[in-house]
Amino acid sequence: MDAILNTDVLVIGGGLAGERCAIEAANAGQDVIIASLIPPRRSHSCAAQGGMQAALGNCAMGDGDNPNVHFLDTVRGSDWGADQEVVRMFVDEAPAAVRELAYFGVPWTRVTAGTQTHFIKGRKVELTESEENAGLLMQRDFGGTAKWRTCYAAAGTGHAALYAIDGEVVRLGITVRDRVEALSLIHDQGRCHGAVVRCLRTGKIGVIIAKATVIATGGHGRIYGKYTTNATINEGTGTAMALATGVVPLGNMEAVQFHPTGLWPSGILVTEGCRGDGGYLLNRKLQRFMVDLEPEKQELASRDVVSRHMMTQIREGLGVDGPFGTHLWLDIRHLGREHVHTKLREVYEICQDFLGLDPADELIPVRPTQHYSMGGVRVNKDGQAYGMSGLFAAGEAACWDMHGFNRLGGNSLAETIVAGRIVGARAAQFAGGKTDGPDPALVEHSVREQQEVIADWLARSGNGPTVYEIRDRLAETMMGKVGIFRNGEELEEAVTDIYDLIQACDTAVLRSKVPGMNPELAFALRLPGMLRLALVTAQGALARTESRGAHSRTDYAARDDARWLKRTLARWPHGATAPVFDYEPVGLLDLPPAGRGYGKSSIIEMSEELADYNETVSEEQQRHGRLDSDSPFGANLRAGEWRKATGEVS
Amino acid sequence: MSEARTLVFEIFRYNPQDPDTAPHIQRFEMREEPHLTLYLALNYIRENLDPSLQFDFACRSAVCGSCAMIVNGRPVLACRTRTADLANTIRLQPLPVFELIGDLSVDTGRWFRGMAEKVEAWIHSNEPFDPSAPEERMEDELARTIYESERCIECGCCVAGCGVALTRDDFVGPAGLNRIARFMLDPRDQREDAEWFEVVSSDEGVFGCIGLMACQDVCPKELPLLEVHAYLRRKMLLSKAPDLLKNISARRKESAPKTPS
Repeated sequence: MDAILNTDVLVIGGGLAGERCAIEAANAGQDVIIASLIPPRRSHSCAAQGGMQAALGNCAMGDGDNPNVHFLDTVRGSDWGADQEVVRMFVDEAPAAVRELAYFGVPWTRVTAGTQTHFIKGRKVELTESEENAGLLMQRDFGGTAKWRTCYAAAGTGHAALYAIDGEVVRLGITVRDRVEALSLIHDQGRCHGAVVRCLRTGKIGVIIAKATVIATGGHGRIYGKYTTNATINEGTGTAMALATGVVPLGNMEAVQFHPTGLWPSGILVTEGCRGDGGYLLNRKLQRFMVDLEPEKQELASRDVVSRHMMTQIREGLGVDGPFGTHLWLDIRHLGREHVHTKLREVYEICQDFLGLDPADELIPVRPTQHYSMGGVRVNKDGQAYGMSGLFAAGEAACWDMHGFNRLGGNSLAETIVAGRIVGARAAQFAGGKTDGPDPALVEHSVREQQEVIADWLARSGNGPTVYEIRDRLAETMMGKVGIFRNGEELEEAVTDIYDLIQACDTAVLRSKVPGMNPELAFALRLPGMLRLALVTAQGALARTESRGAHSRTDYAARDDARWLKRTLARWPHGATAPVFDYEPVGLLDLPPAGRGYGKSSIIEMSEELADYNETVSEEQQRHGRLDSDSPFGANLRAGEWRKATGEVS
Repeated sequence: MSEARTLVFEIFRYNPQDPDTAPHIQRFEMREEPHLTLYLALNYIRENLDPSLQFDFACRSAVCGSCAMIVNGRPVLACRTRTADLANTIRLQPLPVFELIGDLSVDTGRWFRGMAEKVEAWIHSNEPFDPSAPEERMEDELARTIYESERCIECGCCVAGCGVALTRDDFVGPAGLNRIARFMLDPRDQREDAEWFEVVSSDEGVFGCIGLMACQDVCPKELPLLEVHAYLRRKMLLSKAPDLLKNISARRKESAPKTPS
């Protein structure tokens, strides 16, 4: 690529969130460049199977649904860790965002009038869809929801959405620079001016100068190595870049989602839609253990709850011993061949391709697997990063924060397009008002820094470890000690391990110094960032002495609203050898903290009055770097609106 | 259990960024493990035998389309190819047609973006989006039909297996034709048949196909590309000579075979 490019808005990441941002910014008249590690249509958004939650209430089991019910489900799902104003913005906008995808061409599954057979909580049920709603978007059941709310296109929703969105990007003529990796942000500690990039075709370093920069690089599941459903590219490059500024905090990095049904042993995702459509989880004795453990929601409790029950089954010796270790079974045989081969077609294909089995006839081996990063670049409700004007983040890379400590299935894919619309508009607005460019010396300095990092890697020699050895050791530490159940002792070990790995990384050597992109060098450039993300995850988990959502401490089993109704903020000051942790209130509490209705419910109640808590939120967050929005703090919350939710108990 | 095999990989190597190298085949050996796929094998080779080896994987679950390559002469998705299904010697080459980036890595991104621009692979709507209106209705059966052709993951296997695409760089390829059919099927796309005619009917389009149909054989998603070709040919013929088929079928004194219209 050219050495220096200029644009109004630089979007780093070509998945759904990034491309939807780019569309919004381009429609606002801004010049946009998308920089992406791989061609946008290959982004990990394409692997999302299940669907997008939007309260349309089109189907029989969605009857009476509305954004208020969606709000309640999402806040409860988050174990009250979410920013409720952001949740409100999301649930209010999700229906339009999903319909817009229909307009862009997504072949959503539609409502068919008449009576159809479904499986609900192990029983065959006949449901009748009305003539009135025939042809509208159909919805399926997902975990932790009171209504059937997840819009879907067979089991290839992410693929269909990404192709439709990318079609729009092509229509608008938006510049996409694929095989381009952002290495660092160009910034002066308070204002971001774009990024230093590396071409993954040639290995050449370049610069993209932008008035506004959006990080939309997705999650960082690869800090768990092979123990993740994530793609190989989900190494948290954008999140690590934000941390490297020394100014921008990452929010709630210890909030890590484990998906109950990762295919065993490859870790490939098997959609929650399997259980949403009536699939069972079985142990070694072929018992549906979830029926006794969660009588109300059964297999469709939230992901954190289901994953914990599965791990407990395995620990109690009820797992199935396979050649690669212990697993459980997912059973969708009773849904019938027709259903498995059409509505869950991608599941059928994955089982065929990777295990050579047909899930219409055979059980699927599964085990909870790292899946989603609730934590990420901490941003305000506009997607504007804390502490750094001109820097935005959207999608999984961001901690916006509508998921808190547990994300509901179907909410992240919907988040990408809702956040894309909102953050893209704000980034465009910001770019439209700015004419100041960076000081050329700053740009030069930023480039030189990266060139020095590369030169350092290429100059190293000796018998140090390889970058891949360090990656594999990190994976064992993360899965073994920062996994589904956590405790102080193991977390302390994890922190020590990761510090050791950071030191080891300083002595690691490359065995390949070939010109061009050099895949070993490319990975080496990411590894220090991955180690830092892992460290703030482990250390944040160690510090949080409670259990909330996916963060489950065996030594602190209660959710502690008296002490921990807070969001972790991790910064890594420039030149420091350790991160710094701060805490801010989670946001305005409109729905008061209470039990979730599933999972265990040991709660230490707030000692503070709700009003007193809410009083401090804005000022506290500003103190931690939150920049102002044009929209007043709390203005989008529509406080008390959730009380209008009716029939929300399933 | 029988003893594990030793696999021999013969891999095409060339780094265009390195003036000191020339294209050649490099040999690697490794022990076969149970459930070994080319995803695992290639990463093993890169991490243990030659760290400079270039190839592309992303999802490693056969949905992103990054990892297509020629395996023993046939274009396939490497991630889902199990070594157990292959002979002891496994020859890997980059996809032809696409520009080589290095070793097994080729530039499918630019090719497919160019194709999308050429066939204007987006819904052409005359109405702006109305965020306050409910979605337009669609029969589920039609949605399923569109989804069928939407399943293309643009991996490039069909293009690499296409005799025409190998010799002509303006041919939209089987994937391009499939994309056209996908939008033609979709009532939300308001393009008239006549508007399609130029790109579809020229020899850059469906009439460029010489009918070898390897595309359908190699498509990892088993898309019915044969039907796609037939559908487009018939559609184009009807758009220019609407009476032609009617006359033929009248002469036959029986109804024409059922094909989508």
